[in-house]
Amino acid sequence: MSETDDTLHQEDGAGADRAPGEDEPQSIAEQVRGYGIGLGLAAVLTLASFWALASGLIYGPAIPVALIALAVAQMGVHLVFFLHVTSGPDNTNNVLALAFGVLIVALVMVGTLWIMAHLDHNMMSMGDMIRMQR
Amino acid sequence: MSAAPAHSRPGGDPHNLGHGDVPISERGPAPKRIVVAYGFWIFLLSDFILFSGFFAAYAVLAKETAGGPAGRDIFDLPLVAWETAFLLLSSFACGMAAIATTAKSVRWFQVSMAVTALFGAAFLACELYEFVHLIGEGNGPSRSAFLSAFFALVGCHGLHVTLGMLWLTTMMAQVWAKGFRDDIVRRIACFALFWHALDIIWVALFTVVYLLGSAA
Repeated sequence: MSETDDTLHQEDGAGADRAPGEDEPQSIAEQVRGYGIGLGLAAVLTLASFWALASGLIYGPAIPVALIALAVAQMGVHLVFFLHVTSGPDNTNNVLALAFGVLIVALVMVGTLWIMAHLDHNMMSMGDMIRMQR
Repeated sequence: MSAAPAHSRPGGDPHNLGHGDVPISERGPAPKRIVVAYGFWIFLLSDFILFSGFFAAYAVLAKETAGGPAGRDIFDLPLVAWETAFLLLSSFACGMAAIATTAKSVRWFQVSMAVTALFGAAFLACELYEFVHLIGEGNGPSRSAFLSAFFALVGCHGLHVTLGMLWLTTMMAQVWAKGFRDDIVRRIACFALFWHALDIIWVALFTVVYLLGSAA
């Protein structure tokens, strides 16, 4: 094996990109601290999700919205603190690929729900239709 | 008109659009470490798209219980909370293993990976218990469209975690036998990406399936 890219954090010069998941060069203590912050935030958001459901303090119809907001926030925490996705110029390629992935995921999810809801409505049996109009 | 705009300063260009002095066509290929991780990143994004199909199917079928149990009748939220905690701690331990890799500490790498594996196994044990329990009560995947979609989605994630466990132990063995060789360090980086990505999918999963299923 005559590989030459020797370390994870080698400097490839001023214009170098960052590999996905790669942290910026920093001390071990700082790296551990980063993961610790991520773990803490993720734990708080998880607890908040379970609490939002169990406590009964949140207005019922608002619970799904609250849960989805908390989930999106937690996924953001994972991306930033565990996968080290940043807005920096050395991360542009990683972020653009991620954005494209999120776009496709959104198209698949929203498109499926939209189409299937319409189909469900249009294929409704006469009994259901009458029940809905009452 | 005294101060020049920021982007025309020598060495300005904060977003590196010019990529330094060397034109982008003459900079040669990126280091293998970046090419490999980026390729794996693209795979992970395609994996997210795979999961979005399962999520979409689940969302459409979640109410089609065919007279059988709905989500709130069969979901055991304390068990799900334990699973979430196990997978989060596993992800954290995997991060520690990545740090040990940069620090070239074989001992801390092996310890962190062993902790990662333990929490991963605890997660899988909980999921297996849940599946066996449900099937034992007659609520297997053939009971209703809802349960088919549930087993497909949660099972697909569980299958990913299982394969991740195989990969994890392989990395422990390779580091033990060969040390932090360049190619092995690249594999560890890809494994860390994979393991963190599975935790992100689990966040979507426990929210959409278990919490929203119990709320509805």
